Amino acid sequence: MTMAPSEKGTAPKPEDAVPEGYVRLTIDGEEVIAPKGELLIRTAERLGTVIPRFCDHPLLDPAGACRQCLVEVEMGGRPMPKPQASCTMTVADGMVVKTQVTSPVADKAQHGVMELLLINHPLDCPICDKGGECPLQNQAMTNGRAESRFYDTKRTFPKPLPISTQVLLDRERCVQCQRCTRFSAQIAGDPFIELLERGADQQIGTAETADVLDMASRTSSGQPFQSYFSGNTIQICPVGALTSALYRFRARPFDLVSSPSVCEHCSSGCAERTDFRRGQVMRKLAGNDPDVNEEWLCDKGRFAFRYAGAADRIRRPLVRDASGALRESSWTEAMRAAAAGLAKARDSRGVGVLAGGRLTLEDAYAYAKFARIALHTNDIDFRARAHSDEELSFLAARVVGAEGVTFASLEHAPTVLCVAFEPEDEAPIVFLRLRKAARKRGAKIVHLGQWTTPSVRKTFGELLACAPGGEPAALAGLASHAPDLDAALAQDGAVILVGERAAEVPGLFSAVHELAARTGARVAWIPRRAGERGALEAGAVPTLLPGGRPVTDAAARAEIESAWGASLPAEPGRDTSAIVEALAGGSLSGVVIGGVDPDDLPDPELARRALDQAEFVVSIEMRPSGVTERADVVLPIAPDVEKAGSYVNWEGRRRSFDTTIENTGALPDCRVLDTLAVEMEADLFTQTAAAAYGDFARLPAYGPRPAFEPVSANGAASGVRLATWRQLLDNGSMQDEEPHLAGTARRVVARVSEAAARELGETVTVFTDRGAITVPVEVADLPEGVVWLPANSGDSRVRAKLGAGHGTVVSIEAGGER
Amino acid sequence: MTDPLTPVLTKRWLSPNSWRLETYEALEGYTAIRKALAGTPEQLVQLVKDSGLRGRGGAGFPAGLKWSFMPPNEDKPHYLVVNADEGEPGTCKDIPLMMADPHSLIEGCIIASYAMRSHHCFIYVRGEALHCNRRLNAAVREAYRAGYLGKNILGSGFDLDITIHAGAGAYICGEETALLDSLEGRRGQPRLKPPFPAAAGLYAAPTTVNNVETIASVPFIVNAGSDWFRKMGREKSPGPKIFSISGHVELPGQYEAPLGTTLRELLDLCGGMKDGIPLKFWTPGGSSTPLFTAEHLDVPLDFEGAAEAGSMLGTTAIQVFNETVSVPWAVMKWTQFYKHESCGKCTPCREGTYWLDQILERMVDGRGTEEDIDTLLDLCDNIFGRAFCALADGAVSPVVSGIKYFRDEFLALCRSNKPELVGA
Amino acid sequence: MTQRTEPLFDADTVAKAQDLIGRYPQSRSALLPMLHLVQSVQGHVSQEGIDFCARQLDLSEAEVSAVVTFYTMYKRRPCGEHLVSVCTNTLCAALGGDAIYQQLSEYLGVGHEETAGEPGEPGSVMLEHAECLAACDLAPVLQVNYEYYDKQTPESALELVKALQSGEKPAPSRGAPLTDFKGVELQLAGFFPEDEQTLRSQVDGPSQAVETLQGAKMAADRGWTAPVMEDVPLPEVEAK
Ligand SMILES: Cc1cc2nc3c(=O)[nH]c(=O)nc-3n(C[C@H](O)[C@H](O)[C@H](O)COP(=O)(O)O)c2cc1C
Ligand code: SF4
Ligand code: FES
Repeated sequence: MTMAPSEKGTAPKPEDAVPEGYVRLTIDGEEVIAPKGELLIRTAERLGTVIPRFCDHPLLDPAGACRQCLVEVEMGGRPMPKPQASCTMTVADGMVVKTQVTSPVADKAQHGVMELLLINHPLDCPICDKGGECPLQNQAMTNGRAESRFYDTKRTFPKPLPISTQVLLDRERCVQCQRCTRFSAQIAGDPFIELLERGADQQIGTAETADVLDMASRTSSGQPFQSYFSGNTIQICPVGALTSALYRFRARPFDLVSSPSVCEHCSSGCAERTDFRRGQVMRKLAGNDPDVNEEWLCDKGRFAFRYAGAADRIRRPLVRDASGALRESSWTEAMRAAAAGLAKARDSRGVGVLAGGRLTLEDAYAYAKFARIALHTNDIDFRARAHSDEELSFLAARVVGAEGVTFASLEHAPTVLCVAFEPEDEAPIVFLRLRKAARKRGAKIVHLGQWTTPSVRKTFGELLACAPGGEPAALAGLASHAPDLDAALAQDGAVILVGERAAEVPGLFSAVHELAARTGARVAWIPRRAGERGALEAGAVPTLLPGGRPVTDAAARAEIESAWGASLPAEPGRDTSAIVEALAGGSLSGVVIGGVDPDDLPDPELARRALDQAEFVVSIEMRPSGVTERADVVLPIAPDVEKAGSYVNWEGRRRSFDTTIENTGALPDCRVLDTLAVEMEADLFTQTAAAAYGDFARLPAYGPRPAFEPVSANGAASGVRLATWRQLLDNGSMQDEEPHLAGTARRVVARVSEAAARELGETVTVFTDRGAITVPVEVADLPEGVVWLPANSGDSRVRAKLGAGHGTVVSIEAGGER
Repeated sequence: MTDPLTPVLTKRWLSPNSWRLETYEALEGYTAIRKALAGTPEQLVQLVKDSGLRGRGGAGFPAGLKWSFMPPNEDKPHYLVVNADEGEPGTCKDIPLMMADPHSLIEGCIIASYAMRSHHCFIYVRGEALHCNRRLNAAVREAYRAGYLGKNILGSGFDLDITIHAGAGAYICGEETALLDSLEGRRGQPRLKPPFPAAAGLYAAPTTVNNVETIASVPFIVNAGSDWFRKMGREKSPGPKIFSISGHVELPGQYEAPLGTTLRELLDLCGGMKDGIPLKFWTPGGSSTPLFTAEHLDVPLDFEGAAEAGSMLGTTAIQVFNETVSVPWAVMKWTQFYKHESCGKCTPCREGTYWLDQILERMVDGRGTEEDIDTLLDLCDNIFGRAFCALADGAVSPVVSGIKYFRDEFLALCRSNKPELVGA
Repeated sequence: MTQRTEPLFDADTVAKAQDLIGRYPQSRSALLPMLHLVQSVQGHVSQEGIDFCARQLDLSEAEVSAVVTFYTMYKRRPCGEHLVSVCTNTLCAALGGDAIYQQLSEYLGVGHEETAGEPGEPGSVMLEHAECLAACDLAPVLQVNYEYYDKQTPESALELVKALQSGEKPAPSRGAPLTDFKGVELQLAGFFPEDEQTLRSQVDGPSQAVETLQGAKMAADRGWTAPVMEDVPLPEVEAK
């Protein structure tokens, strides 16, 4: 269970005068000074007295439901007639509190409640997942009676009920603390789990488990209610009532080894705890990091980890032999082959590097350095997605090395404008903070997008609607058509968040830049993948060296040259698209690809052709992909749990982690590249993540930034425009092997306006000259002439099938005949 | 000295079609609002304070004081919510009042709303009280047509809407914060206090919740003043009160008498115990108030008198039981009621009533033991004052008072189950 | 597009639901009345009814289910043409309520919230225990479709139920002429006849039993009154 956070820094001492905003009270005879508004249960805890509790949770609104935390309270010299719940009562000046330590009344009250909680609780601790880490079990040991006075009939329920594909509910174990329901309603905004019935029959359930005729076999006309955050309910349940379908009965807490870790999925960089046994990850839990994820995780972060143990994982290097077949080889042989091939290609027309967005800072640094000193090129780009020069200029001018906008600043911002960014899908923990800001502080969250998405609704947000591609114009015209928002952005602390699909809208970064300059709002870029910000910092882009140093700036280059002891190319390199084109067109000979799926690239077809054309391809990856079959050498690398490193999250905060599962023999990218470089007679000094980081951190600080080079927006194109982004739970390869998780992905549909839906009927086919996607239609408040598709969910694989992205002109027609 | 019965609220009930507007108007109806709307909200709050009117819903909180908690500004809308969810076992006064004289409640609502700067009043009526719902709806319709409700009432510039809202079957919704949740379309579970309704009630806006009888008393106080009101009843518990007398008496019914009247006096009016069978136990104000016995016939039935004698005035719902009724059985039945009506939110009430019920059922079935009596009492001690709202306190009242006055009867049920002493 | 069959909740019901929403400052307040409305259509709250309310109010189905299962007046199994609620709280029970319930239960062959006969068909009856119906002075009481039948005995109650089964609608002691469960649910939802005469015929149904008027009558007979009311001005309050 979660303990209340203890106060940071030094608390005022009793003998001091009571400072502004504090009160003086007495707890168990001891005088304390506590901040106004603090709950008694927390003040007592800071004093070292843990008052037992079940419903209390520091991040949920107080409920006072379990009554386990009763204490005696005296106010103004008068004892209150009844014991008070210390989890709902705030400290007050002159209050005298007696906890179980000094009050027999409080002690008896607590014992009484514990006894009542246990009368209907099954004695199944030995087979309960929570056994060994169960607050109820622990408190029953310290606070319970040795023998029960209850010998009548216990309440029983048929067990267990699926609450979702991930979460199972054993109702008889539930103590009805309502943490789960409060979490869902308050934190996530997904009230899919609720209290049902009343009195002694009260129970937790969902619409499907409610005792309403035929409810269980319903063919719901409404939407099945799903949440991206349901896994948190398992973690905060203080008993074994909610368990993970994935983890259930698989391990006992005392058999597990725990290790702190960092989530590898999105750019939030959540603190996690990874529990493993005999080399296998059994589960992931949220770590408690008040600055980042508080105590929450999204379900992807919690449940998507078995990709690392996938059967198809590449464990040994592969080398293409004379017959053209890939076969396993020794590391030595593979390294030699790779080094020779790369050297040859380099010396012919050059080699490019596609690094991918999932690298740790250390690995990205190794790629950046490898490109420069082993391949003598700036042809490197981590952006395995749609991208633009405008984006790169924006990143160079405003993002790299920037700090300032943090989770906390989002929480305290009066206004947040989300531009081309879908928080719940792209950075779920950012979404939770935005929701908290709106719920707790009344922050105004505005979304520049196409329809009232769940993110808009659940952040109590406002939609600023425009057609895809129309975003720059919408921002440029803000002062005239949304003067209140314009004014709100000028308030102290206002923030503009911009997401990955901004790169698909020409002129959008320019409009954001301009708006920020005009209003003074701060800007943060929130990429979707965990490695992007780190790769930017590491210099895995064609125009910047590590630390944001422009390639073209001789002085900046010289700093790196002296640190690395090598001379560096002075011309900006090719970006991802240019590398692909150059390979396809024969002006580049080879490529090193780190974990990039061709289907993620702006033009998958061209990317495949480019790989086919390339003279030499080195693929550095964990599992086979569209690159593997085109690679000359495949070098396997370690998944996150088998290596150390750090991510730089969107805030610019470094999130480092150690190896969780040791000695698997799998190597991190930085080590593989280091060895490969040695074969090519270059020294990266990145044998380990620590070495790589050391090398990176030794680079002198660098200040100046290149100016942003604005780009003008495109004129409005005619035809139906596609709006699209990736949903949190989709076809992403790191979610492979997770059927429980996939069960809560959102239904794959196309969204169109009501008028369009009336014409289209139930199914729509969206097509381009490349291909077609046929999916069911759902109505949303989209502008006319816009269709929305999930970018990579089910059959809706927009890049791969349509070669299209956000803002592309597509065709639509009713039905699925095509 | 006043007369033994002082019909004020119940007086119009005798008139034919007493529920109609024309009857009400013919009997001084809607005169008080003219006077009230000509005054200021502060004057009305002062008047009600002066009158000493205490809430008739059970807790007896001074009505004027409660009204004065409402903020004097109108930064947020203010709401008056009338608690017409009458469900406390034994209580049967609000429903007849609303059926017989709905306009007195509506007039009271207008005055109270004006005094508290509310422009929307909700009357939360118990769902099972269907006829009451009908009468209230019809009366509200009449009042709108006559210009007593709506915009610019009687040219005063004051606007008020009244919405009649039917409940759906839950005793706990009589608890004022549960009522507010229910009125917001949620499960009727009590809310955390603070914030109190006057600060953040319905829709988190300033709200006052009052009982039907409380509000219906207001027009009379406006018309005749606080001194007149104080001529009835006692210093701290002034006014007339509807005593609902049920059970084993010759003439059960509604008797409006000054507060402080004793059961002996009331029994006299009721024609005494039915068929002359002696009184065994009674509730002074519904099943949530600890039982009284024949010892308590002379306890003055006002808030202080009932409390001093170890019970509570509650809703003056006097349920009279004669010697034919088994106390453990009655206690078991009441416990079943509380178990059924516990909202489930907090542990002591939810689990406690579940356990009490099992023990009592077992005892009444002849399978109890003497230890069970101790367990019952200790359990009540662990429930009383430990729960989230007062429902649980009410739930232990019959048990504790039943055992207090009739322990022998519980013992008798258990005696046969005493373990035989070895060798005895 | 595929042809949809006639919806369970027709345009009129949707209009009524919207009307309800309009009566409150916040839409969710319309949920309790709306569930009564659902019962007036279906005779119980079904999963479709839950979906209906969820969609009208933009709530999750779980939120609506949470409310439905909290309140006893929402029936989750199809109700009979009539609902017979017998008060079995302590006082009524002591005066014969338990015996009445038992008699009816045996006769109908059903228990709590079970229906004798085909639910919804003429003559079908759902039986239930009720908690104190706030008519203790008229104990033992029962309600049919929430209309009061006062001072019952097992015999009178049995006769009443038999009459209901044979299609008769015996007049309640207090309340409007008996209709059926669905009909009264519409009124509980807050919809009453617009036509004045129909409304009156229901509203004016009896309400005052002898017991209700007992005290007032006695006082009138004996000349007892409250102190004389004289018009006095409102108290002066110092302006703040
Ligand atoms: C379990 C419970 C049930 C209650 N039921 C009612 C009720 O049916 N009617 C009522 O007016 N007050 C009831 N009350 C009291 C209310 O909470 C509240 O005190 C009252 O409505 C305030 O009005 P008053 O000040 O005018 O009495 C109940 C309280 C509790 C704890
Ligand atoms: S399931 Fe767990 S978290 Fe939810 S109410 Fe029960 S005990 Fe609390
Ligand atoms: S922890 Fe305080 S009431 Fe539950």
